[in-house]
Amino acid sequence: MQFMLLFSRQGKLRLQKWYVPLSDKEKKKITRELVQTVLARKPKMCSFLEWRDLKIVYKRYASLYFCCAIEDQDNELITLEIIHRYVELLDKYFGSVCELDIIFNFEKAYFILDEFLLGGEAQETSKKNVLKAIEQADLLQENIDFQMRLFAGNFGGKPNNPCCSIRSVALDVNSPPQGQQKQHPSNINTDFEVTGLLFSLISQPSCLK
Amino acid sequence: MPAPIRLRELIRTIRTARTQAEEREMIQKECAAIRSSFREEDNTYRCRNVAKLLYMHMLGYPAHFGQLECLKLIASQKFTDKRIGYLGAMLLLDERQDVHLLMTNCIKNDLNHSTQYVQGLALCTLGCMGSSEMCRDLAGEVEKLLKTSNSYLRKKAALCAVHVIRKVPELMEMFLPATKNLLSEKNHGVLHTSVVLLTEMCERSPDMLSHFRKLVPQLVRILKNLIMSGYSPEHDVSGISDPFLQVRILRLLRILGRSDDDSSEAMNDILAQVATNTETSKNVGNAILYETVLTIMDIKSESGLRVLAINILGRFLLNNDKNIRYVALTSLLKTVQTDHNAVQRHRSTIVDCLKDLDVSIKRRAMELSFALVNGNNIRGMMKELLYFLDSCDPEFKADCASGVFLAAEKYAPSKRWHIDTIMRVLTTAGSYVRDDSVPNLIQLITNSVEMHAYTVQRLYKALLDDISQQPLVQVSSWCIGEYGDLLVSGQCEEEEPIQDEVLDVLEGLLVSNLSTPVTRGYALTAIMKLSTRFSSVNRIKKVVSIYGSSIDVELQQRAVEYNALFKKYDHMRPALLERMPIMEKTATNGPTEIVQTNGETEPSVLDTKHPPPVTQPANQVRTLKQFWYLHSVLCCCSDPVSPWTFQLQLLSPSSNVVPALNQGTVTQVIRVLNPQKQQLRMRIKLTYTHKGSPVQDLAEVNNFPPQSWQ
Repeated sequence: MQFMLLFSRQGKLRLQKWYVPLSDKEKKKITRELVQTVLARKPKMCSFLEWRDLKIVYKRYASLYFCCAIEDQDNELITLEIIHRYVELLDKYFGSVCELDIIFNFEKAYFILDEFLLGGEAQETSKKNVLKAIEQADLLQENIDFQMRLFAGNFGGKPNNPCCSIRSVALDVNSPPQGQQKQHPSNINTDFEVTGLLFSLISQPSCLK
Repeated sequence: MPAPIRLRELIRTIRTARTQAEEREMIQKECAAIRSSFREEDNTYRCRNVAKLLYMHMLGYPAHFGQLECLKLIASQKFTDKRIGYLGAMLLLDERQDVHLLMTNCIKNDLNHSTQYVQGLALCTLGCMGSSEMCRDLAGEVEKLLKTSNSYLRKKAALCAVHVIRKVPELMEMFLPATKNLLSEKNHGVLHTSVVLLTEMCERSPDMLSHFRKLVPQLVRILKNLIMSGYSPEHDVSGISDPFLQVRILRLLRILGRSDDDSSEAMNDILAQVATNTETSKNVGNAILYETVLTIMDIKSESGLRVLAINILGRFLLNNDKNIRYVALTSLLKTVQTDHNAVQRHRSTIVDCLKDLDVSIKRRAMELSFALVNGNNIRGMMKELLYFLDSCDPEFKADCASGVFLAAEKYAPSKRWHIDTIMRVLTTAGSYVRDDSVPNLIQLITNSVEMHAYTVQRLYKALLDDISQQPLVQVSSWCIGEYGDLLVSGQCEEEEPIQDEVLDVLEGLLVSNLSTPVTRGYALTAIMKLSTRFSSVNRIKKVVSIYGSSIDVELQQRAVEYNALFKKYDHMRPALLERMPIMEKTATNGPTEIVQTNGETEPSVLDTKHPPPVTQPANQVRTLKQFWYLHSVLCCCSDPVSPWTFQLQLLSPSSNVVPALNQGTVTQVIRVLNPQKQQLRMRIKLTYTHKGSPVQDLAEVNNFPPQSWQ
């Protein structure tokens, strides 16, 4: 994978991960062109398109477009699965993720991506392991004195203080106004597709507020 | 100084901005605050400030002043700082910045950190944006981590090694020992990244490739376990166990089996197994099948397996999911050359894809359809393709038209069909055909002698309907000029036009706004040619003389020359304007080149390069047209610096036939205007055919008596 872009339906960039060295100017140009091209696609069209000498794989989840540029020998269909896996990870982490989560917690979205992909390739194929690693790393942030504690190579330990607390979820397709809280559904099924727009409130770990 | 505002607070504030200007103001204010905070070397809030900077960077604002701060964060002992610092480095720094090399030491220390998450951060950053210098410096550390027993670090080190190898291929050797037992890992993350590493090494080095061939049995075993093992919740995706790993293994097998019979044979069974057992209801299963098909087609698989693969692609074509159809068409395009017959079986499905709504699918289907055209299916396929040409988007028309021409040329069942097909393309997509199609078509029509009458009649009718499509108009006017006599003579099936009507049409082209200068050139020459085919010579003379004062230089030159033809060289006119002979299809001297290099001049005037092979008995030389050509050119001379030293006037030769067997001569007077009194030299080039083969003769005359030029 050469790069991954997340952008809204209005073309606003929410995340950009580049795995090839390009100048800022080039990145901006590519982003602009690609966003235009993808937004111009009609809903019934297929998820792949040829652009310059790359293959572009994109998929829309609610109000966000996930767009990857892969090389000629890469498998487009499995790239769709990679995108889906990333969305699942975000969803599990944030609890029914929506665009606002990614806006307000963009650095976390990056951290999750960096635990899932490295240099453009998947480094961990188990959802559980990626989430565990993030959880442990988040815990490290909580501890001021982490050098005293050794988490090295240790997956088994239970966290003492969870870094994320109660979230509330709305299940409307249309985005409700900010500040509205609804009931938390107890049955978030694992085999989901992130479809309608959901709103969630998350309380942050103390360090980055 | 008050504490800098928190990240989320900033984000919330910026989002309340209603205009771009308001946002910019907020950003500028905050940037100023951040800058002063950086200047104060504030350790406590550096992390927060950089995070805010990264947010503003994502919105598109400059953030370069934060680069050094990222480095300071990386060097900090706090994990929070490091996390943001490395993220900032990956976003703001790249190998073009000089600053990035300062990271090397920090990364080196962090690679040896006691906490694996810090090591992970360092590996991730290095593997994402490490420059060649950094990779060289740190390859040793990465190699060390590749051998660790900690799977969390091992998998990251493997992908980091991939990046190092991409940046500095010479370092590949140093990772070889560490790859020894990579595949015996149980951890899927390590397995996956190891396969990626092995793939990278095999793709880059044939030596590595042969070295790793011995891994094929092990890979086959791992793949088999994945398929046969029961449900494993950790790696399951819609009932399939670790599809990511399966796909990567299949890809590595492809590379290993590519030109090796033994390896290919060793993987035959597992490939067949994957191909038949994989669940196809969801995208994930199809992704694995897709990779399997690519592998089967690329290695030396047995024919049964190849047929299986093509059938899978055929099934893909019928899938509702257009993504699947798309990859099927792409793969079929790759295999159509080697497995032509197998792909032919799916021809009707492919042709149906021409009607798909998706642009990418349509393009693939079009390319594939052209690849499948052969002598047997030409009529049916052409019907579909012409229908497609009618209704497709403009971006396809040029390619489709070219494809139709090529296919028609190769497989036309009859000349009449061929010409009908060309007519159809010209009338429906006439403005999209490529430049070289006009001379190619003219050549085709010339060579189909028996179809001349039919062709000119159809082209004439097309011209009556529509004069906007230039290639069509050009071909039509050329044909009318050549075969106008057939058009009015009653040889056609339908009611023939009378001469004046035809001339009306051609004159109409000359005056129409729709005609390009090139087209006008064609029309004028066509009218001129009709002077020997029609009886209304006076009318033609009048038209020609009018254009003698045209603003368009090309048109004017032609008109003036044609006028001269009428006046002083009238005896040459019939010979000059007679029917074009059958042209040979050589590329270099063909009409193509003439038309393109000269732009506007059409073939018949420049026929000098093609002494007609058909009617000349031995020793008779057609020097006529060469002289005519010379007449239009200001001659050059021996002095390369001032090519326009002379002016020549060639008078008509005494005769246009040189008698055979030295029984007579032809003389031609050349008047030379030589104001600068340069020495006269003449070079003569004679081209003729002798017993069917072309002959070329060069001679130079250097011994002009000095009185002639002094």
